[in-house]
Amino acid sequence: MAIGWYLAVSAIIFTIGAAGVLTRRNPLVTLLCLELMLNAANLALVAFSRMHGNGDGQIFAIIVMVVAACEVTVGLGMIVAIHRRSLPVDVDELRELHG
Amino acid sequence: MQTWAWLVLAFPLAGCIVTGLGFRVLPGRAPGIIGTAAIFAAFACAIGLIASLQSHDVEHRQFVFVGWDYAKTVGVDAKVSILVDPLSVFMALVVTGVSALIHLYALSYLWSDRGYARFFAYLNFFVFSMLLLVLAANFFLLIIGWAFVGAASYLLISFWYRRTTATRAGIKAFVINVVGDVGLVLGTFFIFRSTGTLDFLGTFKQASEIPYGDVTAGCILLLVGAFAKSAQIPLHTWLPDAMEGPTPVSALIHAATMVTAGVYLIARMWPLFEQTQAAADVGFVIGCLTLLVAGTIGLAVTDLKRVIAYSTMSQIGYMIMAVSAGAYAAGLFHLMTHAFFKALLFMAAGSVIGAMAGEQSLDRMGGFRRAMPFTYGCFVVGGLALAGVPPFSGFFSKDEILALVGERHGAFWILYVAGYVGAFLTAVYTWRMIFRAFWGEPVPEARELEEGHLHHADVPRNPATGEEEDIDVGFPGPEHHIAEQTGSMKLAMGVLAVLAIVGGVVQLPFGATDWLDEFLAPTFHGSKYFDSLQPTDSFTLVGLLVGAVLGVAGIAVAYFVWVARPGTAARIQSRFAPLHRLFVNKWYFDELIDVVVVRPFAWFGRFGQQTFERVFVQGTLVDGTSVVVRAGSAAVRTLQSGFLRAYAALLILGVAGVALYFLLQS
Repeated sequence: MAIGWYLAVSAIIFTIGAAGVLTRRNPLVTLLCLELMLNAANLALVAFSRMHGNGDGQIFAIIVMVVAACEVTVGLGMIVAIHRRSLPVDVDELRELHG
Repeated sequence: MQTWAWLVLAFPLAGCIVTGLGFRVLPGRAPGIIGTAAIFAAFACAIGLIASLQSHDVEHRQFVFVGWDYAKTVGVDAKVSILVDPLSVFMALVVTGVSALIHLYALSYLWSDRGYARFFAYLNFFVFSMLLLVLAANFFLLIIGWAFVGAASYLLISFWYRRTTATRAGIKAFVINVVGDVGLVLGTFFIFRSTGTLDFLGTFKQASEIPYGDVTAGCILLLVGAFAKSAQIPLHTWLPDAMEGPTPVSALIHAATMVTAGVYLIARMWPLFEQTQAAADVGFVIGCLTLLVAGTIGLAVTDLKRVIAYSTMSQIGYMIMAVSAGAYAAGLFHLMTHAFFKALLFMAAGSVIGAMAGEQSLDRMGGFRRAMPFTYGCFVVGGLALAGVPPFSGFFSKDEILALVGERHGAFWILYVAGYVGAFLTAVYTWRMIFRAFWGEPVPEARELEEGHLHHADVPRNPATGEEEDIDVGFPGPEHHIAEQTGSMKLAMGVLAVLAIVGGVVQLPFGATDWLDEFLAPTFHGSKYFDSLQPTDSFTLVGLLVGAVLGVAGIAVAYFVWVARPGTAARIQSRFAPLHRLFVNKWYFDELIDVVVVRPFAWFGRFGQQTFERVFVQGTLVDGTSVVVRAGSAAVRTLQSGFLRAYAALLILGVAGVALYFLLQS
């Protein structure tokens, strides 16, 4: 099967994720969409790895998964903290750091 | 010999340190005694120095002793080294000798002053600096000594530092002297540029190889330094004001020693000045002008000490004229005799001022002849020497200068005639001062003193402004001292009076004695003028006769105008009112300098502060920068909206834009 299909799927997933990050206001959903974007990249990496016939891309993909796991841990922790301090769970409301 | 030379410098420095640091613990007169002893010890060492110098061959009487290398880098070799040759030893002897006597005088004169120890510390510091100046073997030490004596002069003029007139006078003296220092340093640069050495002897060896332009510029700049230090026109205005200092200071610094540093400088630099006629011309023209201008002002001034100050300027004019015209030994001879009789006159004036309880105006004085016979005697001796009456010392030295200057013929005849006119003026103003202070009706202070009681003012006042003063620290002390009642003042004045009478013996005319000439000959070996300028006997005789007649005539004129017919002075004043105004206002030199230098600089300073600094530097550069930064940051701040999704959109659009760009490129 040509690499183009894998890349097309990857691009679609990435675009869905990006659109979700841009449009959704719930931080939980934003995090999920970020995961989508990361996994789209992973998919592309693995596809290229397969195409070139060496394992470099797959190692990259595993590292990206580790980073994603860390990021989710921190992100979810923050969301829980926000919730427990009864702040609004809405990224547009949380703009204390504006200039 | 090396030990003697360093000891001459070490004693005053040690005295300065001990009295300066120990002012709290030293009791009573101890600071004065330590200071005076230090200078006497330095004088003794100077005598040791001259004795050991004379024991060497005539050809080998120039020694350089190197203490240590101060700095040796990029072609500049600044050593702390001293030059011992007849000229420097002669100066060291005059400086330490006169200083020792003046210290002795000050021991009593300043006794009641609260700054007694401070005074002696300053005075010893001055003597040290002056000795450094005359013993320096290179330009480096010369400039240090030069600046040090300026600083000492400032400290001592402003000694009564709570008197505003004194502090102003000190600042004026310091500023004008700094102008001279700059001249000296720049002149040194010009000479150093061609010779590459700071050493005097090394420089003189190469004197003929320096390009004419460099040596002329260098010498004229050196002359600026000499004029500022020696109070020559137009840098003279500080000297009369310097009379705000205590009288021993006027006697030591502003008559006998520091102000003659310019004369020493020109004499020391003779190999350079003989290379450049232009600079020498400047020297004797200014010297001649100064002696006439100062003489005329001396006729009109009414402040006792200022009359003597103008007389000092005028006499230094003679010396500058002499050394610039090549009559080195004559100029130095006059330097020595002048140190004797002018220090004597100042000391006697200090005694009169003591009797007047601080008052200095001649208008208020009179009739002190019987009340103060000793002071009167000293004044007469000093006055006769200054007026050039035979056989007093000033007679021989002044006439030798004029004979040698006249001997150079040509345009020097103008200087010759001007010198005799100046001699006549000198006699008139000196004796005007003596007749007005000592003759005529005794003033109340004189009567009180005749009854054996020294007058003291109820309220001490500043003699210049009439302001009431404290007697606390920073002001003159409560008591006054006169020579008649204090042994040390009497001793110092007595010794100087004897020297003022017999000082001429070292260099009598017609070759009767030639000691000074012979002594100084090694320093001036190879000079164009030193040996060749020999006036004929008949020329000398004419000069001596004219000088004696003019001196006596000047005294006679003064006698007629101020004693025999008391109203004459007022009549002359009203008849020549414009001329009198010119003299009383000191030829308007202060005003001239004010208009030409002070006001433009003050205006420039105000312009710099109010226009350039406030509008350009502060308004445009500093404030402008902050305005730009503020505006820029305000614009950037709005981008930081805090909307997370906006940041994300920006990021994605940016990445997409970059990707698109590369796609289109490929």
